[in-house]
Amino acid sequence: MHKEYLTVSNIVGPLVIVEKIADVKYNELVEIEDSRGHLRRGTVLEVSTDQAVVQVFEGTVGLDIDKSRVRFLGRSQQLPVSEEIIGRVFDGSGRPRDNGPQIIARKRLDINGSPINPDARDYPSEFIQTGISSIDGMNPLVRGQKLPIFSGSGLPHPRIAAQIARQAKVLGKEEKFAVVFAAMGITFEEANFFIEDFRNTGALERAVLFLNLANEPAIERIATPRLALTCAEYLAFELDMHVLVILVDMTFYAEALREISAARKEIPGRRGYPGYLYTDLATMYERAGRIKGKKGSITMIPILTMPEDDKTHPIPDLTGYITEGQVILSRELHRKGIYPPIDVLPSLSRLKDKGIGAGKTREDHADVLNQLFACYARGKEARELALILGEAALSDLDRLYLKFADLFETEFVRQGEFEARTIEETIELGWKLMRQLPKKELKRIRPEYLEKYYSPAGAAGGEKVNEA
Amino acid sequence: MRQGKIIRVAGPLVVAAECLGAKMYDMVRVGHLGLIGEIIELNNDQAYIQVYEDTTGVGPGEPVVLTEKPLSVELGPGILGSIYDGIQRPLDVIRAQHGEFVSRGIEVPALDRERRWPFEPIKKAGDRVLAGDIIGYVQETPLIQHRIMVPENGDGEIIEIKEGEFKVSEVVCRIKKESGEIKELNLFQVWPVRKQRPVKERLMPFEPLITGQRILDTLFPLAKGGTACVPGPFGSGKTVVQHQLAKWSDAQIIVYVACGERGNEVADLLLSFPELKDPNTGRPLLERTVIIANTSNMPVAAREASIYTGMTIAEYFRDMGYSVALMADSSSRWAEALREIGGRMEEMPGDEGYPAYLASRLAEFYERAGKVICPGSEERIGALSVIGAVSPPGGDLSDPVVQATLKVVKVFWALDDRLANMRHFPAINWLQSYSLYRDSLKKYFADKVAEDFVELSQEAMKLLELEAELQEIARLIGLESLSFKERLILETARSIREDFLHQNAFHPQDTYTSMRKQYLMLRTILHFHHRANEALEAGKEFSDIVSLEVRDRISKMKYLPEEEEALLQVEKEVDASFKAL
Repeated sequence: MHKEYLTVSNIVGPLVIVEKIADVKYNELVEIEDSRGHLRRGTVLEVSTDQAVVQVFEGTVGLDIDKSRVRFLGRSQQLPVSEEIIGRVFDGSGRPRDNGPQIIARKRLDINGSPINPDARDYPSEFIQTGISSIDGMNPLVRGQKLPIFSGSGLPHPRIAAQIARQAKVLGKEEKFAVVFAAMGITFEEANFFIEDFRNTGALERAVLFLNLANEPAIERIATPRLALTCAEYLAFELDMHVLVILVDMTFYAEALREISAARKEIPGRRGYPGYLYTDLATMYERAGRIKGKKGSITMIPILTMPEDDKTHPIPDLTGYITEGQVILSRELHRKGIYPPIDVLPSLSRLKDKGIGAGKTREDHADVLNQLFACYARGKEARELALILGEAALSDLDRLYLKFADLFETEFVRQGEFEARTIEETIELGWKLMRQLPKKELKRIRPEYLEKYYSPAGAAGGEKVNEA
Repeated sequence: MRQGKIIRVAGPLVVAAECLGAKMYDMVRVGHLGLIGEIIELNNDQAYIQVYEDTTGVGPGEPVVLTEKPLSVELGPGILGSIYDGIQRPLDVIRAQHGEFVSRGIEVPALDRERRWPFEPIKKAGDRVLAGDIIGYVQETPLIQHRIMVPENGDGEIIEIKEGEFKVSEVVCRIKKESGEIKELNLFQVWPVRKQRPVKERLMPFEPLITGQRILDTLFPLAKGGTACVPGPFGSGKTVVQHQLAKWSDAQIIVYVACGERGNEVADLLLSFPELKDPNTGRPLLERTVIIANTSNMPVAAREASIYTGMTIAEYFRDMGYSVALMADSSSRWAEALREIGGRMEEMPGDEGYPAYLASRLAEFYERAGKVICPGSEERIGALSVIGAVSPPGGDLSDPVVQATLKVVKVFWALDDRLANMRHFPAINWLQSYSLYRDSLKKYFADKVAEDFVELSQEAMKLLELEAELQEIARLIGLESLSFKERLILETARSIREDFLHQNAFHPQDTYTSMRKQYLMLRTILHFHHRANEALEAGKEFSDIVSLEVRDRISKMKYLPEEEEALLQVEKEVDASFKAL
């Protein structure tokens, strides 16, 4: 039995201060019983000889100073895991919310995990085909990568994430896979969209869901992604599964962190977010990856909504510094009715280089990708110029580039929500567009590939585009 | 050993009482787990300790053991090819002993105590030596000879020196000091990381650090012993630039500090370095490299220490007379660690919450670089170049870390988001970047590369600047308003950008370009420009000139092998096509 303290002296926001304590450890799990006998949980944020600062996950509404009973449980927060966890739905604190039984634990894992030894990491190099050209062709995803989607309110990021979860596969392989989904602060409707989509495609049986919805306690969100990642680590590194982790929405997570920091009266960093936001985010994002000698992997797609579509806001900014690239959605493309509205130019996949090429996708993939980027960038510049000076002022070449940019958006980027293009199709589509331009403009492509791919099916393909 | 008692735990900061007598920056072992920490503030008998490991489960009442020694590194054979965490614990050994995840309270010696190294003395009994003198060699890797030096306070007469195979901790030499005291030397020394290693004299840098990266070597060269910074927003290619320098620069020893960055990037280094060959010697690059990896998810305080650990190791190899390059990726993460600890100590913050001493700490760090005469009687010259990446929030160069860094470094490679979006790599902005070494390196380039190399690079810079002005005009009133000569400048500048400055790090041929080839490439581009100007003056059509086939040849020069003949051939073709015009 744990010692019970009735010595709460102070309640501020999500924090409770307990006095006259003994033998309390940093980061220890805490149980608080309010005057009606309801249990809440929290963790120790700071401890000194006679007082502990406790953050309460369920919030402090209804807690009082004199009747709250506090118990320190002598361990950090843990997640019970076993094979049975697959197919289940939990709340943001890891309690079942699908009316199913409690998980009979094969193991209890600390939700904070331990850092992967950099020496034990295996470099991610297996191409994942998502079936989306603007990702596969331009910013390819590989197994073990963490690639966030930077979105804005009102943009269709849930549909894109669901499409990736539905279509993602590694070429030529059938392996055990699972989806771990963590929702932080999103609405019931958004969460339900994912659940329905997983159910319709049968993915739900292979999924583990942790849901903390918008109306549920904000502080609980601090634990939700860590629970999900602990579960993912178990599935990947002990059960040899390839796990795709989707975290929505990291913005709400960071806001919860800010709330605690403010309640502790810490010196804020940029825009009121705590100075340790980078480290805190990194301890989660860095849990993605591959480990030498282990079959499984964790691929992570965190989704965040950029406040005012501002990429330099601390949340997307710090995320971008930790993750291996980013997929940025564009409001402009969305307004033009293009789905998926992926803004190709500022998007990036840092791990692409070892995941593409001969034997993985196609030998010319890297060159095609670079060339398409360069041409699209030039085309967009021409478009800007045309806006100022009128299209007539453009040189013939610039006009070709302008047309290229238009076609790139309407043919290459745009595709159906249920359309899964193979990587072959995507690269061929790229060539089809590049044939619009004179051969000598394609400087980023090695001569031998230019020789091999520019002309053959070229003439016919080129004309088709022209007619369109 | 003396013990204190923990009275407060707040994340990586632990406060302990009953520590009277402890010294600033002494190392301590915290709690029952024996976590490693360092004293960063003293207040009466209370010591404020930054702990290099996660403090979960540590609480008041637990003991703090005072080691009464500062945080130090071990310097001796076995460092090269290693991968260490921020406080020099070998991560490969930790992995072998404790598995894939880093657990806590691990104690592993930095240097392998069991391995035997062949020691070859060059001094003999009776020789008088000064601190810093080399007493013998250990061939540590086929690439690098590890020079065993007399440590500080080791002046005296050698009374015994051995030859043969030794473990690092075995005595190989005994020195009788003036005072009559006998000093025993083994193969390694211990040095506190926060203390700069002494030098005899500092010199002005005059030799470039050749990197094989065209924009760096030709336009913004860094000197051996110089300092550079690479600031840029995320995705602009800081890490690729750092990796390229680690791979191709002609320093003899590379110390790569991955400070608060991605684990997969470290994995990339570990994977590619054993396979990549040094262009000068053909040996695997790992044989000359030390990696300090404290990734972003590893404890934040150790991140603060990691750049000092790297710096001390780099200084040690510099003392042997080597040219060393240290890459720190990224100093912003180091500064954030400083801020986090400062915040927990409730210090008064300066700009953006960073502690007020940020600028002086940064300056102190960069000032440890330099070209020097090493201690000892031999007048050895060593150089330590430092290249720091900076990750300002949102790419905003007014960030305090960038500003404090720019005050001390001499070379500024500004990475540009816009260029990165166009996939122009390395995305170094040629209008914003600068190198203050251009003048002091002039003589070297003229002697070793070509008489007119510096002039060519200046002409290229001028064309790029003119291009920016002309583009501005063209944007306002249309391209037609420009004269053909001006349009030719635009064409040549584009050629400089796309055919010369743009360099593909992942193309086997393009990833490294020798100085000679850089020179010939630039000379050919500018030769075309001069000939085209003449042709315009002679009344030839502008459209004929710019559509010459030979321009395509120039653009593919970067893919040509490093053969003088083939490269000179392109220039001849330029002449031939103008003749045919």
